Amino acid sequence: MQSKEIICTACPIGCHLTAHRDKNAKGGYRIEGYSCKRGISYALAELTDPRRILTSTVRVVNSTHKRLPVRTAEAIPKDKIFQCMQEVNRIAVKSPVKMGDILIKNIADTGIDLISSRDIK
Amino acid sequence: MQEYDLVVIGGGPAGLAAAIEARKNGVRDIIILERDIELGGILQQCIHNGFGLHIFKEELTGPEYAQRFINELAEMGIEYKTDTMVINISEIKTVTAVSRQEGLITIAAGAIILAMGCRERTRGAIRIPGARPAGIFTAGTAQRFINIEGYMVGRRVVILGSGDIGLIMARRLTLEGAKVLAVAELMPYSSGLTRNIVQCLHDYDIPLLLSHTVTNIRGKDRVEGVSIAKVDDNLKPIPETEKFYECDTLLLSVGLIPENELSYQANIQIDPKTSGPLVNEAMETSIEGIFACGNVVHVHDLVDFVTEEARRAGASAAHYIFEEINENLPAVPVVPDAGVSYVIPQSIRIDNLNGSLDLLLRVNSVYQNAKISVKADGKTIKEVKRRHLAPGEMERIRIDSQLMKNAQPKKISLNVQGEKTRYAV
Repeated sequence: MQSKEIICTACPIGCHLTAHRDKNAKGGYRIEGYSCKRGISYALAELTDPRRILTSTVRVVNSTHKRLPVRTAEAIPKDKIFQCMQEVNRIAVKSPVKMGDILIKNIADTGIDLISSRDIK
Repeated sequence: MQEYDLVVIGGGPAGLAAAIEARKNGVRDIIILERDIELGGILQQCIHNGFGLHIFKEELTGPEYAQRFINELAEMGIEYKTDTMVINISEIKTVTAVSRQEGLITIAAGAIILAMGCRERTRGAIRIPGARPAGIFTAGTAQRFINIEGYMVGRRVVILGSGDIGLIMARRLTLEGAKVLAVAELMPYSSGLTRNIVQCLHDYDIPLLLSHTVTNIRGKDRVEGVSIAKVDDNLKPIPETEKFYECDTLLLSVGLIPENELSYQANIQIDPKTSGPLVNEAMETSIEGIFACGNVVHVHDLVDFVTEEARRAGASAAHYIFEEINENLPAVPVVPDAGVSYVIPQSIRIDNLNGSLDLLLRVNSVYQNAKISVKADGKTIKEVKRRHLAPGEMERIRIDSQLMKNAQPKKISLNVQGEKTRYAV
């Protein structure tokens, strides 16, 4: 039987969870070591579809600001982070930009957009 | 000389929220003085997400969090000057500032809110031996270079200190193509959030070396490498464990200090524990009409708590301007007792309280299954239970003013009881 160690980040306690492969359990894993039920959903998400919000900056060409902070509008699959970074590093934006403006649609085929984190005049 | 009812020094999250709250409480004549070229403070370089969970119930990036307050400030038409550095404040509330456009500015203020924030401890503060080449940065300086100025700081990096800024920079550098060899932490536990340890270190297989420190820096013009050794229980390096790491950059994330040069000039009393001004229930300093909030008072780990504290300072400044604060009440001291490092505020004028009051504190060790007690003259008036307490996580206890008004104590003290553990993660 496979098992995996996970540290829960749902709150600052940081429970050390162990996930065991178990066909009969909900989600295909039996989770141990949690102290609230958020631990179970956290562990299942980490095992089946781990996602992260990606934040970075892109070049600005015509402003006193040299970089524009950007983010993915939603969390993207963890294994696409570096692919997304390649796309982030390829673009440059022209001011003005508004917070929330879409800069790359469907970044790295994730179905999620890269958006601006702030206004730039 | 110009005149304003309220001068706010610093346009970061504390200054913005304080000014907005003062306006909401009826103060018309407000100006914010900010030394950077724009408002927002350090949030503008904190491009990562995780801000605003308490205030907005959603996860924002630093610039997004700042933008919301900047927009609100603009809608209210609150005045501000950027590129303007305050160089002196006096006990009679005269503010002196300099700016490229206007030269020397003096303002007579009805009230002042100090919101200057904090700055980073440097190599000098922790006395790392070795050479003095280029390539040694505080983590926040490196963050500014990368996220605002657009310069990469290095290719092979060691980070000393596992506070949140150090962890965030480990991920940021990795995303930008650098190799982060290790994050070394003197203490046996990290002071950073668990979430950052997982998402910034584990996600990218960056080792966290607990109970380790940098013992030497090598390099002539540029850093060529650093030595790292394990430390014993007294935090002394164990020579035979020393290992050399070849790198071109060392980042230091070794703590923050409230920036209080202006407070000292005005002879405001400073708490040696927090390195910030002593404040009362109104966030008022030892000088009547001068208030303080945010990291200039004590270093926070969440900007949301800075905002809450700043709102209290902003509302209090308004009450002061409209003469709604009784300045002649006795100040009851709030004292940290066993297990507690400090408590904000340090004193309370009990009959000025309304509704509830937040006591902010830090504990001095990692505790499990702990209990924090608030005592009025030794008698417990409030108790809160926490499964987990750590020095890196500020605790907030909301207390009903009526409890204090009923007790009318001469002294309030806080203590913590629980199982001490040395290891958090």
